[in-house]
Amino acid sequence: MRKLFAALVGLIVGGPVAVAPAQPSALRGTIAVDGSSTVFPITEAAAAAFGQEFPNVNVTVAVSGTGGGFKRFVRGETDISDASRPISADEFKLAKENGVQFIELPVALDGLSVVVHPANTWATELRIEDLRAIYLEDGAARKWSDINPAWPAETIKVFSPGTDSGTYDYFKEVVVPKGKSFRIDMSTSEDDNVLVTGVTGDKYAIGYFGASYYFENRAKLRAVPIVNPETGEAVLPEPDDVIDGSYSPLSRPLFIYVNLTSLRRPEVREFVEFYLGHDGEFAEQVEFVPIPEEIGRTAADFLKRRLSGTTYLTADGEKREGRLAELYSPEHLVDTK
Amino acid sequence: MTPAAHTVVLLDPARLARARRSVAARHKRERAFQWFCVVVASACVVMLGAIVVGILAAGIGSVTRTFLTAPPSPEPAEAGFYPAIMGSVWLLVLVAAVTLPLGVAAAIILEEYKPRRRLSRLAHGFIETNITNLAGVPSVVYGIVGLTAFVSMFGLFGNELNPALETGAGYYDQFYNEADQVILVPVAGPDAPETVPRAGMRALNAEKRPLAANIIGPDDPWPDDPAVAARTLRSTDFSGRISERTVFYLRLPLGRGLLAGALTLSLVILPIVIITSQEALRAVPNSLRDAALGLGATRRRVVFRVTLPAALPGIMTGAILAMSRAIGEAAPLLMIAGIVFITFPPGNLMDDFTAMPLQIYNWAQRPQQEFHELAAAGIVVLLGVLLVFNGAAIVIRQRFQGRGS
Amino acid sequence: MTGRDAFLGQPPQAILADPRRLRSHRRQRVVDRTVVGALGAAATLSVLVTAAILFVLGTETVRFFRQDEVSLGEFFGSARWSPLLGSEKHFGIWPLVCGTALVAGIALLVAVPLGLVTAIFLSEYAPPRVRATLKPALEVLAGIPTVVYGFLALVLVTPGLRLVFDGLGSYNAISAGIAVGVLIVPIISSVSEDAMRAVPQALRDGVYGVGGTRFDAAVKVVFPAALSGIVSAVLLAAARAIGETMIVALAAGSTPKVTLDPTEEVQTMTGFMVQMALGDVSNFGVEYFSMYAVAAMLFALTMGFTLLGAHVRRRFREAYE
Repeated sequence: MRKLFAALVGLIVGGPVAVAPAQPSALRGTIAVDGSSTVFPITEAAAAAFGQEFPNVNVTVAVSGTGGGFKRFVRGETDISDASRPISADEFKLAKENGVQFIELPVALDGLSVVVHPANTWATELRIEDLRAIYLEDGAARKWSDINPAWPAETIKVFSPGTDSGTYDYFKEVVVPKGKSFRIDMSTSEDDNVLVTGVTGDKYAIGYFGASYYFENRAKLRAVPIVNPETGEAVLPEPDDVIDGSYSPLSRPLFIYVNLTSLRRPEVREFVEFYLGHDGEFAEQVEFVPIPEEIGRTAADFLKRRLSGTTYLTADGEKREGRLAELYSPEHLVDTK
Repeated sequence: MTPAAHTVVLLDPARLARARRSVAARHKRERAFQWFCVVVASACVVMLGAIVVGILAAGIGSVTRTFLTAPPSPEPAEAGFYPAIMGSVWLLVLVAAVTLPLGVAAAIILEEYKPRRRLSRLAHGFIETNITNLAGVPSVVYGIVGLTAFVSMFGLFGNELNPALETGAGYYDQFYNEADQVILVPVAGPDAPETVPRAGMRALNAEKRPLAANIIGPDDPWPDDPAVAARTLRSTDFSGRISERTVFYLRLPLGRGLLAGALTLSLVILPIVIITSQEALRAVPNSLRDAALGLGATRRRVVFRVTLPAALPGIMTGAILAMSRAIGEAAPLLMIAGIVFITFPPGNLMDDFTAMPLQIYNWAQRPQQEFHELAAAGIVVLLGVLLVFNGAAIVIRQRFQGRGS
Repeated sequence: MTGRDAFLGQPPQAILADPRRLRSHRRQRVVDRTVVGALGAAATLSVLVTAAILFVLGTETVRFFRQDEVSLGEFFGSARWSPLLGSEKHFGIWPLVCGTALVAGIALLVAVPLGLVTAIFLSEYAPPRVRATLKPALEVLAGIPTVVYGFLALVLVTPGLRLVFDGLGSYNAISAGIAVGVLIVPIISSVSEDAMRAVPQALRDGVYGVGGTRFDAAVKVVFPAALSGIVSAVLLAAARAIGETMIVALAAGSTPKVTLDPTEEVQTMTGFMVQMALGDVSNFGVEYFSMYAVAAMLFALTMGFTLLGAHVRRRFREAYE
């Protein structure tokens, strides 16, 4: 009866609570997951659904931020790391030193959304330069009127994820040029929920976080169309625009990184296969954009063949630029061993 | 002045009029102030009532059976409070087991064994002041101390991955074969070499009953008979090491587990238990003690057979109130455990845990209205538990009041 | 048989001569000493706890100041606290202290009038039946977990204040301050009331005798006489308000800044500690140690207020024979 109710609720809320539980398995074990608060809702949904079929496997999901999650992951403390940005060169080096091998698996796409209060009717679009002016330490914009004189002369209340957040790292990469830094009077939190509450409470606020948090709170927030520097068009982070790449440069893939040694454990193997097998459903359930089928197939292949390493760094430890579809293939893999 | 002149002064009409006006004014002020006091004091009661009623209204609808028995979930309709309730229960039992004996013992020696020599008196006074000061330390400071002292144990016992000591766990290599059956192979310890499937090895099924494992080569055909297939493994299969942690599982360092949380919480509660127990002991009239001493009992006998039983209701009341404080404390637990998505109640002392106030904090932070309703429901449960505790304390106080005077 | 029962029914000389009596006495003494030893150990445990607090805070704070980016001068001299953001890290403690002071200040502004008037009412005016209702009500108020107050600040006080302060942000100092204030009213009222009730009735009767009202007695005689207790109550409540964590973690915000505007978002010392702890705790960088330095500052401040409160109470207490 509870399962029927849950399924109905799931349908109403807008996403399938899909998996029909078969005979509960006797498989036991513990899986430690930590990392991004952006990816957390998907992993949480996966863990909850997994628990229906495998009630004896203990999946604990912590939220220390992408950076915090990686710090533990590269020391072998966690089995899976949620990440809203690819692994960095420093983290990769630490993994190498500690003998940790991993498989990089994209699970969803995110249009990192810049949001404002619904009463903010004047900011009809923003360019990357405007974001720079608002968010940089020496940026020119402290009031809305600094960007456009027609806008209200009110101080902008700035919200941002904290420094352990992958969303912060990703935004920093796009918006903050080398040698510059964020302003220090931003209101920060590793928990995106806190940011949502913040922006919904202040008419002159601005913040950014994963699209899923925006869609979940659509009634209380307004996403600002971002001007794509290549096409000059202002685009909203709607799923179709994220998939075809027109919501740029703030589209990004979301990953889970799985420890190769942990994958030998049956419970971890089952969970990751389960997660990847249904990641489209989970992504939709929490209002993220599912990864395109082709990339999903490549990911399944990586998992099956246990192809470890990252595609986002070169053999010299330099960052690789490019979109997920271009980079994510076996020939770009650089492993820690 | 002459007496006559005094009277003239006192009966002077102008003066009298002024005096009468001033008295009237003062009485008016008095009544105004009285009403002001009543208003303000009732404001406190009204505030309390508003809080309780408001939370009840917001939350009682969500206190369903599901809520009380299910684990938390991203879907508000399915989310439950169960692991948090169990975590709080475990914590409560542990904190009581640690603080009550220690606290009452410390109170006894501070109240009943007052020293006479100067040096001991100084020590006694020092300890008492120390305890009073400890009661005033913010609980979050205890949290941060607990982080170093209990979670990582000053780094003296290694870290969670390489603990210095680990007992109470059975280790198995768990195989999950192609027929989705679990096959367990017991191993000696966490560092034992990985099991390679080979014929004749000791194997158990998921219910820990022995079975004869059927080992086939990597390219051999899978057996058709389902009974055989259920215990078949390929020689190239991987296993995962699981530790079946019994209830008695212990590991040093404690890590961010239940025991570390309980010990940190005990630090917060201990001064309160000591102080309330001291007051309960102080309330026992001296006549009782003197009577016992007069009969020739030693001090120890007096304490344990006369004073302590007489003070017991007061001590119990104090203990109950201290425990109700423990249930509501969130700050130290926040530092120790953090915010984790946990679906299981704790199974042993080293397990990750959550507690009622932590889960409430988690839900309160979310912007969606549904989670606020869940937080309110959690608060209803928490306040309900506190109500039971406080009620018990009041009942004890009423029943045993007047005894032993 | 136990020592006592062995002697039942024996003639006195037999009892006195029985060697078992001496043994039982010796045993008793041993038991006495062990018990005293055990009890003493329990008491000394409290000293150990203080030692542990001082040790942990002390060593980690020293490690904090040993880091390159940190200097004592900046800690006490700078008004910028940004251990994570910005091109340079800044470790000036004042923004956090200012946030704490602002929230605690608002709390006291709310709690002192409410608490004192309630105390005066309870000690001077209230008939016994009203006392019997009001005192338990205040006790209950004091027993409500702080996370409940934090939740209320977030979902009740802030939206309510939006009617007055248009455009009030979700996180601000005043909501947290009001919630903390309600939290500490019972402390002020109960400690002050105790102090006022300790004033002998004779002093009040003196006032009534010359025609004074209860108001006169309360304000002109009782209040000044109980002043040391009242000041001590305020100091204890202030210490509690400074150390409050859950309410500010939920409602006050996470932007350290030096400001006196209560509608702004601030960060308190306790709020910062929670923010750090919820991030990644196993990283042993300078941010991690800064958490301990802030904790040490917090400990010093609350200890200072608590000790001052106790001292005022002792020193200035009016002694009545």
